[in-house]
Amino acid sequence: MKEITYAQAICEALDEEMERDENIVLLGEDISFIGGNFKTSVGLLEKYGDMRVKDTPISEAGFVGMGVGMALTGLRPVIELMFSDFLLVAADQVINQAAKIRYMSGGQVNVPMVIRAPIGAGRSSAAQHSQSMQAMVSQFPGLIVVVPSTAQEAKGLLKTAIRDNNPVLFFEHKMEYNKKFLVDDVVEPIPFGKANVVREGKDITIVATSSLVMKSQEAAEKLEKEGISVEVIDLRTIVPLDIDTVVESVKKTGKLIVADEAHERCGVGAEIGFQIMEKAFYYLDAPVGRVNTPNVPLPFSPALEFPIIPSVDRIYKKVVEMVK
Amino acid sequence: MNVKTYSKDQLLAWYETMYKMRRFEEEVFEFYKQGLMPGLAHLYMGEEAVATGVCAALNDSDFIGSTHRGHGHLIARGADIKRMMAEILGKVDGYCRGKGGSMHIMAMDKGILGANGIVGGGIPIATGAAYMAKYKKTGQVAVSFFGDGASNEGTFHESINMAAAWDLPVIYVLENNLYGISVDIRDVTNTPNLADRAIGYGIPGVIVDGMDVTEVYEAAKAAIERARSGAGPTLIECKTYRWQGHHVGDPATYRKRKSETEKEDWMAKCPIDCLKAEMLSTKKAKASDFEAIETAVNKEIEESVNFAKESPYPDVSEVFHDIYV
Repeated sequence: MKEITYAQAICEALDEEMERDENIVLLGEDISFIGGNFKTSVGLLEKYGDMRVKDTPISEAGFVGMGVGMALTGLRPVIELMFSDFLLVAADQVINQAAKIRYMSGGQVNVPMVIRAPIGAGRSSAAQHSQSMQAMVSQFPGLIVVVPSTAQEAKGLLKTAIRDNNPVLFFEHKMEYNKKFLVDDVVEPIPFGKANVVREGKDITIVATSSLVMKSQEAAEKLEKEGISVEVIDLRTIVPLDIDTVVESVKKTGKLIVADEAHERCGVGAEIGFQIMEKAFYYLDAPVGRVNTPNVPLPFSPALEFPIIPSVDRIYKKVVEMVK
Repeated sequence: MNVKTYSKDQLLAWYETMYKMRRFEEEVFEFYKQGLMPGLAHLYMGEEAVATGVCAALNDSDFIGSTHRGHGHLIARGADIKRMMAEILGKVDGYCRGKGGSMHIMAMDKGILGANGIVGGGIPIATGAAYMAKYKKTGQVAVSFFGDGASNEGTFHESINMAAAWDLPVIYVLENNLYGISVDIRDVTNTPNLADRAIGYGIPGVIVDGMDVTEVYEAAKAAIERARSGAGPTLIECKTYRWQGHHVGDPATYRKRKSETEKEDWMAKCPIDCLKAEMLSTKKAKASDFEAIETAVNKEIEESVNFAKESPYPDVSEVFHDIYV
């Protein structure tokens, strides 16, 4: 065990994978000389050189599209978008190209590429640098969508993403980058589509993504002291979705909250809530609850921003509302 | 047209490729008219010299990125016309097992990174293949075909800028056929020669007569040599014209705004007929040489049509194949 930041864990995953496979090439804005806007590729330029750790111009559609061409011809590009909001600038290459080429070609090719992109609010970055795009992209067949929680999880899941033969959208939470976590000395790849029960409980289930896994655990500890037993599931991947683990938990607790930082409308909660209605309707003792960002753009002022970010307190209150 | 420099065999091979493209698409058009083809197809008729001249200068291991108007590029790379025809009809023996259609044919065994339904969508993809070739020092080059319309997309400018900055082995072949569906490029772009855009990126921009296969070949050969030597990309603008509408269902009523005889003037420059006439007048070949080629190609086309018609549709269970999530 060692204590490292989430950003260091990402950097270690990149480093260990690049060491193992010379076909892995990093592309992105400011990733090379300064080691990334969030310091997730520090030292990699010196170790692997300019062709494998490439600073790009501010041309998101261009360099994501280049990644598609690299993936089709034998490389395994790992592309950093400085903010997940910039996915929209590159949307054609992600959604119309990367996601669809394997299918449209009748299975002739794979597109093994990873797009890393920070999500989340909390830095007064306003509406164009604070979004959580994981729900939107989950609409499109062909894209794997990963939402890691801790540094350990991020490291293991990023290794899996890099080794996968499909395009993977890997969403890192920007508020976690500088936090320290305990991480195993050796982290093995974590399989996709296997949710992780991080806390067992009997009164209610919270299935959460990304930072909200930690916030849910914090809320659960507080609730435990008040006699409410909360089960917390780290979803790990939205696509593929491990609904079975959620169903099993709901069968035990009878109540479910879905916590995801993307906007509420047509979100992860809408999908999981609906599937639980289909698969575990008669086990539910209450309507499924959601904790999300409400349906407004993220505002700049902390006075406006913090009240709408899904927080420990909002999760706590939602549990109390549903259990009592 | 400079036929003197080239051997009879070389010139006849180009004639055969162009004739095959033309005949292939005449049959595709027939399929549409007879209601046999699902959807639409975008015909390359009139532009055959471009793909033929460029691909003749490539090695088998090189890459090309194609467009929605891609039949010619694929045939020039030696794609199997039976499997192309079957794909166009949505049959299981098609290159993509019926999942792509005319606009998305991919043939990785021929280095064809795919036709592409998004204008400009294939330009960064071909550029990425060139990045791979440079990083892995494979000696391969990539050609990106696209039209005048795509040269107004951001991906064109972004890709060409990166390729120029990093000396990537890629050749940008701009097929200026004057129209983006109905919109005349001259009405929406203040750059009479689109090759001039190369100046802004610090790379060579070459203008060629896209109706002359020998001129296209010469420009492509020089650009490919430059790319392979590590000197970076070239933009080649081929001045050409599409004879049919944007797609098989487009009557193209918009062509006479600049000149009543625009289409006829371009058709008089038919790349296939002009090559044949030039070879005959310079005695490079005899009429019987062309007849032999035409007979053989017609037979091959007929076989591809029959193959496509007889190929079954994919089983509905295949709709969920070739996708993981």
